Amino acid sequence: MEDRYIISAKDLTKKFGSFTAVDKISFEVEPGEIFGFLGANGAGKTTAMRMLCGLSIPTSGKATVAGFDVYKQTESIKKNIGYMSQKFSLYEDLTVKENIGFYGGVYGLSKQQRKEKTEFLIDLLKIQDARNKLIKELPLGWKQKLAFSIAIIHEPKIVFLDEPTGGVDPITRRQFWDMIYEAADRQVTVFVTTHYMDEAEYCGRISMMVDGRIAALDTPAKLKEQFGVGTMHEVFVKLARPQSA
Amino acid sequence: MSTIFVLLKKEFLQIFRNRAMIPLIFFMPLFQLLILSNAATYEIKNIKFNVVDLDQSYFSRELVSKFTSSNYFILNKVSFNIEEAEESFKTLDARLVVYIPKDFEKDFRTNGKSEVQFIINAEDASAAGIINNYANSITRQYNADIVTKSSVMPDKTPLLNITYSNWYNPELDYRTYMVPGILVALVTLIGTFLSGMNVVKEKEIGTIEQLNVTPIKKYQFIIGKLLPFWIIGIFELIFGLNLGLFLFDVPLLGSPLLILLLASVYMFVVLAIGLLVSTVTNTQQQAMFIAWFFMVLFMLMGGIFTPVESMPDWAQTIAYFNPIAQFNKAMRMIMLKGSQFKDVLPALNFFIVSGIVLMTLAVWRYRKSE
Repeated sequence: MEDRYIISAKDLTKKFGSFTAVDKISFEVEPGEIFGFLGANGAGKTTAMRMLCGLSIPTSGKATVAGFDVYKQTESIKKNIGYMSQKFSLYEDLTVKENIGFYGGVYGLSKQQRKEKTEFLIDLLKIQDARNKLIKELPLGWKQKLAFSIAIIHEPKIVFLDEPTGGVDPITRRQFWDMIYEAADRQVTVFVTTHYMDEAEYCGRISMMVDGRIAALDTPAKLKEQFGVGTMHEVFVKLARPQSA
Repeated sequence: MSTIFVLLKKEFLQIFRNRAMIPLIFFMPLFQLLILSNAATYEIKNIKFNVVDLDQSYFSRELVSKFTSSNYFILNKVSFNIEEAEESFKTLDARLVVYIPKDFEKDFRTNGKSEVQFIINAEDASAAGIINNYANSITRQYNADIVTKSSVMPDKTPLLNITYSNWYNPELDYRTYMVPGILVALVTLIGTFLSGMNVVKEKEIGTIEQLNVTPIKKYQFIIGKLLPFWIIGIFELIFGLNLGLFLFDVPLLGSPLLILLLASVYMFVVLAIGLLVSTVTNTQQQAMFIAWFFMVLFMLMGGIFTPVESMPDWAQTIAYFNPIAQFNKAMRMIMLKGSQFKDVLPALNFFIVSGIVLMTLAVWRYRKSE
């Protein structure tokens, strides 16, 4: 597969018994791109992402992430990616500082680097007063922004975000996307799943998943043009529920 | 190495931030030792009994007074009707009825023998056995007394006199016997429950997924998870042992270092069990349930409360593969008998082999990807 793609998948499939969660999906992602995975609940977004992260071994097909094979080189993939799951990923019973220190340490940052990163992130997120507070005492929006910052603490090539803004208010969501753009500016590739259609508009390219397959893949503008509609919401409705449309 | 250190730091932060943990670590052994070692005894005192004395003779009154003047029995009721006396069994007011038939004294004086009947409430079989022993020994003593005192048959004085000597626990102090067993139970609980629950908790809150997507290696994760509880377990054993020695005057005839050596390897076995449980469960509830199932089985068949020797053969075979039984036996041997390294070597070997087998199984079952 060509080296110019940071992620490339060919006929990637995952079956759970007789149920096919992800059905022969193929796509390529370029470095620095914000690549969106859209779809209804259960369309296979999370399963696809978990395969790319090395959390789930594919049933068939090929894929490379940062040049590493998703079957055999999962541990090398893990060194080069950041990941933020749907479920909350920080330790609620540790403080802001301790969480940053812990994940920094897990990714092999030195003590000095951890210290610097901690100060940098606390300044960036403007949470000076909360540095020694337990995570469970923070509002959800702060937690999500902190979780994202920690997911890219080791400056990975790619960051995978699985429905990162679930349950967050629109203003915080906007701020969250500003952070995503900043990361993309630093050439971090962003792979994000969502079912918020306004968020879809922020992505560079969108892949629409329906029943485990990629039903459409293009920039938001071209997708709207292709389906002759004005919003991503309408594109989604046309694709996800063709019968009822 | 530094990754492991980072993991350990995080675990200890979380463990000691848990408000229940510090009291648990210090009060659990204290309460267990205080309550269990005093409560769990095979000795029965203050057994209430009823008397049905149809003879109303000097001999019969003497016999009853032997019971009441012993430390074990308290007279509950005197009646002249056996049914009435047995009524007390239902309410548990009495556990023994001493039935003295008419002509008890007369038979003895004329024929040289007579009969007395004990009716024992045997709901609790082991208690019934003990009551039977006490009642028999009192009667035997009484028998010897009247044979000597009464001039009826002076030549029939018993010639054979048995004396007892209890080795390794001369006063038959049950605390001496219980404390080693309770320490075994303590470290076992810490090893299986705390470690297993800790891993499953990460699954429950979803952080394990975050860890699985980092470059942490399997062995680092497992050491990071288990080592804290190994340290706490060993600390608890030392703490509990000191409580036993200084508060309860339990002897320690063998080497404390030998105990530490055995305990170190034993902790490895129980931690492997805890980890194994965590790999087959997804919630703390499930983990708790499975761990309890095995724990109750191991504990009841572990010889802490009832001797393994009195179990049927098949159960004794199972007990051989029960780490609690092995450790309990070895602990008692070292503490009460001063057994040496070579004496407990079979137990040590068993721990090494079973620890390696269980840990391999647990590590194999734990997966970073599926």
